[in-house]
Amino acid sequence: MVTPARYWREIPQRYRLEAGKCTRCGKTYFPPRLVCACGAREFEIVRLKDEGTLQTFTVIRVAPSQFVDEAPYAIGIVELNDGVRLTAQVVDCDVEHLEIGQKVKVEFRRIQTVGEAGILCYGYKCVPV
Amino acid sequence: MVGIVGYGAYMPRNRIRVEEIAKVWGADAPSYKRGLMLEEKSVPSPDQDTITMSVEASKHALRRAGIDPQEIGAVYIGSESHPYAVKPSGTVVAEALGATPEVHTADFEFACKAGSEGMYVVLSQVEAGHISYGLAIGADTSQGAPGDALEYAASAGAAAFIFGKQNIVASVDLTYAFMTDTPDFWRREYQYYPRHASRFTGEPAYFKHITGCARGIMEKAQMKPEDFAYAIFHQPNGKFPMRVGKMLGFKREQIEPGWLVPKLGNTYSGSSPMGLTATLDIAVPGDKILMCSYGSGAGSDGFIFTVTDRIEEVRDMAPKTRVMLDSNKNYLEYGTYAKFRGKINKITE
Ligand SMILES: [Zn+2]
Repeated sequence: MVTPARYWREIPQRYRLEAGKCTRCGKTYFPPRLVCACGAREFEIVRLKDEGTLQTFTVIRVAPSQFVDEAPYAIGIVELNDGVRLTAQVVDCDVEHLEIGQKVKVEFRRIQTVGEAGILCYGYKCVPV
Repeated sequence: MVGIVGYGAYMPRNRIRVEEIAKVWGADAPSYKRGLMLEEKSVPSPDQDTITMSVEASKHALRRAGIDPQEIGAVYIGSESHPYAVKPSGTVVAEALGATPEVHTADFEFACKAGSEGMYVVLSQVEAGHISYGLAIGADTSQGAPGDALEYAASAGAAAFIFGKQNIVASVDLTYAFMTDTPDFWRREYQYYPRHASRFTGEPAYFKHITGCARGIMEKAQMKPEDFAYAIFHQPNGKFPMRVGKMLGFKREQIEPGWLVPKLGNTYSGSSPMGLTATLDIAVPGDKILMCSYGSGAGSDGFIFTVTDRIEEVRDMAPKTRVMLDSNKNYLEYGTYAKFRGKINKITE
């Protein structure tokens, strides 16, 4: 279960796609890292592009309990237009007709509702354009 | 001079037709379509709410404004469907846009008038010089009780406006408010669906307050209906805004560009503000626009805008409202719609 503290810590990535860009070699990490492959430890925060292309995906038909009402749904790997890849749910589409190469955009959506009385968790999902 | 610097709308892809709802309740679809002048309405996906649509509409407004979100000094969201009963919507939206932490946020509520209230207040903040830019949003994912007349209209959508003093696309020339205590529509604490006073929602409520507001602001501005290129009135159904426009002396052509309701439904706090976005999409420099919102309870906020040259530069920077309305639609059957809207729920162990 998502606790308010854990959810809150991930807000910069979940809400604004904040990535870490190495100030020495320019490599961008999402989520951000402490040390770059080049060994440098200095990063600048950048916001990723909100459009990209679906690289691959899988359809979840037997979902974990908190997502059972959403099945079947697609989880994809999307390459954003700045070259960074991320994993996201692909929504507002017919999963039987989804195709690799589909252009998508990132939208702000509700990711999870914690029970009847818990917090509402928001973040990014991808939708076909 | 103070005015709109950027504007944007957002609506979900899903739609349900009047026939599909009427079929379930044994109602006569043609008479609903004629009587209410409604064809279909938007329906949010299960992962969409007032907060998510506010973020998307605001992103469109930011693109047109061309400003750094850190320059936004206030974020006001008007809605009658804030996702939390206690916990602001504004903090999530401001955080998602990157406007925190130097920003004032507040959630407004006044039935369908909450969106224009945010516009009214943010405008004063900018005018007073307290902030450089302010964001006002009207958004709702409203619900009508199953089978109630409201179910044919209650839909989802959002409109966002960034106000400022520089690079204005439409100046605000005058504002006006007209309000009385009128119990035409309400929802009590812990009740899921709102109640309304049926026919009482017409003459003493909608028509009295919008005509009061429109006549008041035109008198103050010494303007007549023919001085305006366009007028937008709150759209609870297709019929009311056309009728109130006629009562006031406006022609159908002045109202039609912002008249989204036949295909969109009533987006409550988003209603007249979304009509304004569609009107700005087609307006030309120099056009005068009148907007009068309506919120049950009851009141109407009036605005007179003058479109500037900058409109031509910005309108293509984000999706146009009518393009979103007419393309990429996904029609739902009543069962899926009922599931999406939480009207039916699966048993949980
Ligand atoms: Zn590096």
